[in-house]
Amino acid sequence: MAEQFAAVGNASSLHASGRAARRVVEESREAIAAALGARPSELIFTSGGTESDNLAVKGIFWSRRESDSRRRLIISPTEHHAVLDAVEWLHKHEGAQVSWLPTDAYGGVSTDALRGCIDEDPDDVALVSLMWANNEVGTVNDIAALARVCQAYGIPLHTDAVQAVGVLPVDVTASGVDALTMTGHKLGGPYGAGVLMLGTDVSATPLAHGGGQERDVRSGTLDTPAVRGLAVGVEAAVRGRLDRAPRVAALRDRLVRGIQAEIPDAVLNGSPLGSVVADGPGRLPGNAHLSFPGCEGDALLMLLDARGIECSTGSACSAGVSQPSHVLLAMGADVERARGSLRFSLGHTSTEADVDHVLEVIPAVVERARRAGLSGARR
Amino acid sequence: MNVIAAMSGGVDSAVAAALMVEAGHQVTGIHLALASTPDASRTGSRGCCTVEDANDARRVADVLGIPFYIWDLAERFRVEVVDDFVAEYAAGRTPNPCVRCNEQIKFAAVLDRALALGFDAVVTGHHARLRDGVLRRSVDMGKDQSYVLATLTERQLRGALFPLGDLTKTQVRREAAGRGLLVADKPDSHDICFIADGNTRGFLGKHLGSRPGDIVDDETGAVVGQHDGAHGLTVGQRRGLSLGVPADDGKPRYVLSLSVADNTVRVGPVAALEVNNIRTGEPVWHTGLRTGESFDCTVQLRAHGLISPATVTPYETHADVVLHRPQRGISEGQTAVFYGGADADIVVGAARIESADRSRSEVSAG
Repeated sequence: MAEQFAAVGNASSLHASGRAARRVVEESREAIAAALGARPSELIFTSGGTESDNLAVKGIFWSRRESDSRRRLIISPTEHHAVLDAVEWLHKHEGAQVSWLPTDAYGGVSTDALRGCIDEDPDDVALVSLMWANNEVGTVNDIAALARVCQAYGIPLHTDAVQAVGVLPVDVTASGVDALTMTGHKLGGPYGAGVLMLGTDVSATPLAHGGGQERDVRSGTLDTPAVRGLAVGVEAAVRGRLDRAPRVAALRDRLVRGIQAEIPDAVLNGSPLGSVVADGPGRLPGNAHLSFPGCEGDALLMLLDARGIECSTGSACSAGVSQPSHVLLAMGADVERARGSLRFSLGHTSTEADVDHVLEVIPAVVERARRAGLSGARR
Repeated sequence: MNVIAAMSGGVDSAVAAALMVEAGHQVTGIHLALASTPDASRTGSRGCCTVEDANDARRVADVLGIPFYIWDLAERFRVEVVDDFVAEYAAGRTPNPCVRCNEQIKFAAVLDRALALGFDAVVTGHHARLRDGVLRRSVDMGKDQSYVLATLTERQLRGALFPLGDLTKTQVRREAAGRGLLVADKPDSHDICFIADGNTRGFLGKHLGSRPGDIVDDETGAVVGQHDGAHGLTVGQRRGLSLGVPADDGKPRYVLSLSVADNTVRVGPVAALEVNNIRTGEPVWHTGLRTGESFDCTVQLRAHGLISPATVTPYETHADVVLHRPQRGISEGQTAVFYGGADADIVVGAARIESADRSRSEVSAG
């Protein structure tokens, strides 16, 4: 990536520098396609997960509405905001109808639920969008099985696989999905670089019009260094997955079991440790998402942050106020449990010592947060 | 000390936090999200809880190198401050929401949470001096905020730090500029933070609607006009009264009182506004006082102004105040703050004004 910063040349230009840049882009595209089990022609470079999700959801909706008058979108309420908000925008401004798939207590969706939902009116469905793995509670969907359901009806399936690539076994062709979102920064690649895999037989109306780059679906001069960095990141993540994932999962299991031993009423949200979906783990290996009854998640976050432990409470609004997780609410949790939850994310740099440190400080931190919770910042 | 610095995004709280950091304390910055639906940016000098303000506070924390978090107190603020504000107007009183916010939010919800989380105190950018539990006016009388802090209890004051009390506003801005803080030139905030457009009457009208009633001449008892709701008027107000019948003496008439029971507004000449007897609610005393023993002090009856020498007689549940100089426009619901000491700048106590007795007032004609 760094060597590309020094290189000059617009990948769309016809002269020598342009051709050199174009070569870097295309080699990167081929490398990513090989790592994901996709064809190079299916990959569209974007600025990341949010853009890929928006392009897939809005682009495919617009295209199917125009060609076929289809207006129905089927999604799950546990989707990422990049899908949820795009869908709600389409509902509000573009006449989209939204069918919400019920989720199970872990936040996952079943093929039966999907089939039932499509059957309400199969001819009106423009798109199904279901995430590969949930970014908050780590639950993995059986995307291949869900894709088979969609295929039987001839309905395209988009999946947000931001959490899955490099972490779970992702083979685009074998999965049967028609569109797939991925991004660089979740797998050690650059921030602000991502891909939308879009089947060559799937039509999407562009969000941005201009020079007609990327199959006329995503105009804009390509960021050659970012594309190169993304390819290096994806290759490394996918190649190292089988070494890394079990080690991270083992650390995560020790963390979760250790926390539950110290805090007996702490609840693990999402699929159980050790669960299996298709040919891989049923829960993201690095995900530990727990609710601590009587605590405010942001109090826990602050106390842990002061002790060098960085975790998340979910999403924050533009002002930085943490909101009760829509994922937990969709799973049937009450607002108190949603507010009292925390996500620890483990990765390839996590160590046994990190887990020891969390287990050492967590009892005092939870006790203190409980006292603060009871003092009633929210009555 | 390990302290929480409440950072509004303004220059005062920024400098307060900076001074604490430089004094060697461990400081954690927090910004209070108080608006349920915050506006994206400031409108002039109004408001204090926009996204832009939160970002300004965050940038100051970056420069100071301290951790920074947002604390969401919007729900508590709505119940304790906004709803109370509306209810007080509906009851014919004129509340001071800043007093209420300090009592119920900054030095209650925030302080309690900070202490429970293991912090020692809450630092704010209020202009007031606080040393050894003694609350005094700021050296900058024009910016002094001891009035809105005076009802804090001893326990609340023990958890409070006001590092700016010895600085004038000009000095505070200079301190901010000297540290490269971008908020050095940010305009002061005025008015009520949760009424972004500054239109208090409009805000109350939206919440309380129209409640028409009579305007009555205080001397004759004659109905001289109509009002749309007593909450739209305040004691001492002259303009905006639609009076059909002119006064006998041809002189302007002022709002003397708002009666909720019969939804009547009483008006009269300016002289009738003058009051020198006040009864308060339960007072907070900062010095040991003996019940029933009168003492002389200086009393302030509004956030800016209405200052008079007075004799105060404290009781357990209330206090009686006799003003040595009658004052106009005293509103029930405002706070009476008692100042003592050689310079009349030490807060002795404070209480909410329950009634401003006019019938017994010995208004001097000359």
